[in-house]
Amino acid sequence: MVPLPWYLIFAAALFCIGLYGVLARKNAIAILMGVELMLNAVNINLIAFWRYQAVEQVAGPAFAVIVFAVAAAEVAVGLALFISIYRRRDSIIADDIDLLKW
Amino acid sequence: MTTTQMIFLATALLTLVAAIMVVSTRKLVHAALWLILALFGVAITFVLLEAGFFAVIQVVVYIGAIAILMIFAIMLTRREVRDVSPQTNRSWWLAAVITVLFFTGIVFMLSSWEGFSVNQPVAGVGVDTIDKLGQALVSPHAYVLPFEVASVLLLAAMIGAIYAAREKK
Repeated sequence: MVPLPWYLIFAAALFCIGLYGVLARKNAIAILMGVELMLNAVNINLIAFWRYQAVEQVAGPAFAVIVFAVAAAEVAVGLALFISIYRRRDSIIADDIDLLKW
Repeated sequence: MTTTQMIFLATALLTLVAAIMVVSTRKLVHAALWLILALFGVAITFVLLEAGFFAVIQVVVYIGAIAILMIFAIMLTRREVRDVSPQTNRSWWLAAVITVLFFTGIVFMLSSWEGFSVNQPVAGVGVDTIDKLGQALVSPHAYVLPFEVASVLLLAAMIGAIYAAREKK
């Protein structure tokens, strides 16, 4: 079988790539894609810990399900906001959306 | 090295390459397609972890709904960001440094944890896992409250998304 550390390091690498995408990308939709990668890394960790440490409990899968639901909600609201901003300000670059910045 | 390990390494490599392409490619539609590949890799990882239910959910929810929603949003907002201009902001090098430091920190923390050397999964994952999960999600002694909160959140997000994206008169 695959050792647990492999999963953990894989998930950590995926999380960090997503983090880089969130920090470095200009386009708001690309930032949202980075968030998706990070949420997937979290889900891998939840399922891997459940499988290797506590397979008789359901805490890991239960919270993985909730992460799925929250990810769906986040994408729906995020994309709706971006489309609304694009309509009003004609831009989706995160640097241009500075209405609250002094 | 067993076959499972080789499949895992190939999947992990594919997923990480696809993820790097997601955050680095200039064309946003291509980034969305690479994202679909990365999500497929994560689904294969779930299969390797003997969580087939989550692999199915991953394909249905992430690839079937979220990735397609992303592509729709990219096409609706396409005119603005030209694919030729740089897609990263001025301080991308700082982001890269932070990311590398973060990754090193995570690996260091993990290697100092005594459970890091767990190599064998707990035996006996059965067919009744889904059964137990389903019962735990609606049981008052387990996770009914987080489950209900998540469903209310999803409903609120749906209404909010419709309201936010609606054309204002």
